[in-house]
Amino acid sequence: MGFLQKLINKARVKSPYVFHFNSGSCNGCDIEILAALMPRLDLERFGVKLVGSPRHADIMLITGPVTEQIRPRLQRIYEQMAEPKFVVAVGSCACSGGVFRGGYNVLGGVDQAIPVTAYIPGCPPKPTAITFGAYKLLEVLSKAFGVAEKKEKEEVPFDITAAQSEGVAET
Amino acid sequence: MSTGNRKTVTPPRVTIPIGPQHPALKEPGMFKLTIEGERIVDAEVNIGYNHRGIEKLAESKTHLQVLYLAERICGICSATHNGNYAQAVEMAAEVEIPERAKFIRTLTWELERIHSHILWLGVAFHEVGFDTAFMYSWRDREIVMDMLEDLSGNRVNYSMNTIGGVRRNVSEELRSSLLTRLDKLEERMIYYRDVAIQEKTFWNRVDGVGVLETSVARATGAVGPTARGSNVPVDVRFNDPTQAYVHLRDSGEFEMILSERCDVAGRAIVRVVETIESIKMCRWLLQNLPDGPIRERVRPRVQPNEVLARYEAPRGEVVHYLVTNGTDKPERWKVRAPTHANWVSMRHTLIGNYLADAPIILAAIDPCFSCTDRVTIVDTDDNLIESVPLDIMRVRANKWYRQNGGKF
Repeated sequence: MGFLQKLINKARVKSPYVFHFNSGSCNGCDIEILAALMPRLDLERFGVKLVGSPRHADIMLITGPVTEQIRPRLQRIYEQMAEPKFVVAVGSCACSGGVFRGGYNVLGGVDQAIPVTAYIPGCPPKPTAITFGAYKLLEVLSKAFGVAEKKEKEEVPFDITAAQSEGVAET
Repeated sequence: MSTGNRKTVTPPRVTIPIGPQHPALKEPGMFKLTIEGERIVDAEVNIGYNHRGIEKLAESKTHLQVLYLAERICGICSATHNGNYAQAVEMAAEVEIPERAKFIRTLTWELERIHSHILWLGVAFHEVGFDTAFMYSWRDREIVMDMLEDLSGNRVNYSMNTIGGVRRNVSEELRSSLLTRLDKLEERMIYYRDVAIQEKTFWNRVDGVGVLETSVARATGAVGPTARGSNVPVDVRFNDPTQAYVHLRDSGEFEMILSERCDVAGRAIVRVVETIESIKMCRWLLQNLPDGPIRERVRPRVQPNEVLARYEAPRGEVVHYLVTNGTDKPERWKVRAPTHANWVSMRHTLIGNYLADAPIILAAIDPCFSCTDRVTIVDTDDNLIESVPLDIMRVRANKWYRQNGGKF
């Protein structure tokens, strides 16, 4: 990888522009995405910025089960995004269809229409969960681009069985 | 230069499509604005991107399951649909729920109104380019979101109601903590009221914009703050109260908020003052919370009945029409959401305004597409738009039925 390419990739991870698309959501996830960008959690401190046009965006946040009428528009907007592009499905509806699964007018999940990179479940996911999801995606991206920061300390893997046995011992 | 050959140049008519994806819209909807220069001469609303077939889906679910489906009609006014459906089933089953349950249900509704109105105020600030106040109001909205989370366990989609009462009780500690946070919230809301009225950045953008006269508001059947901003006294909480609103009205401490301004500023004032009134209502409800059980048992099978449940949602009157058939599933369920009633007046408010004012006028009715989208059948073979009077339509319909023998 050339120096310039490495610089571009580093910049990409440091300031991802996100774009929000509503594919038939109930607004619950949309206001929680906004709440994640608002002063309390402030997703912008990771360099994440909400933009209005798909042509400016690196990441598309999609909420809602995809309805039949919005599907062609969603696919068209996905095609308009510049490479490399990533899609995050926010909320249970976007992940699997949620309560609307089985309805005559919904596809049930964004992955039925376009490829999805990450899923954030919850109905709606809390702003903290959205922030965590965005942060995880950035980690994965930096690894994929080969620009992950070298860790000074070796990360201790979280042992769930040990944690559970400790919890049992306490109670 | 002679004035004889001077030509009057009329700016060409241009149709600008806004949506279905547009930065000014948080939800998919499409508006075709025909403009002449900078003035809007015609507006057409094209919605349906959000149609999910909820009413049909509900017919295959039990009443208790529909309660959670109803909640997901709209994430901003989730307690509205949830509570109103519970109310409709209770009416159909002819049961009376305990007093304490009524108070807690009303408390959730009023807290939701506060959060929805602050959200609207922030969005309105954003639409006129006043982003500082947008950030401030959303920061203070977190107070009421925390209150709702402590009360119900979730920030959005509270699932507070169940058929026959509410799911969670309000403890004594929670009650006192809610009361202290209401004081903080009231202080902040009074500040935002002054900002909205005195700050020129906001006021000059909404003063005299998007006028909806009282007569037009009545004729087009506007509801909620859109109608009250045009001095039409419609508010189900006072006109036809249910649940604890009966006690709130009888206490005589609260009044319907009206504005005679008829423009976007009027609608903004109604919403801001209504939020302060809602905070007072919440305080009254918490101070007069009766003791007793919070839930009445209701048989899952509801006898055949036909009911109409009304409630004043943050955006206006919401109507749930429910037909039960003796099983545990609804026979037919129809939701009339407030935005649906406000679309008709929307066209009138847009015409004659500047294109630059379109976002704030669209935002002024607080549109909620997810509540509104319905199926309509449009013939797209030719682009001819014709308006058909009702009697001719009836004649045509009868003719069609004769030819087709009533077969669908």
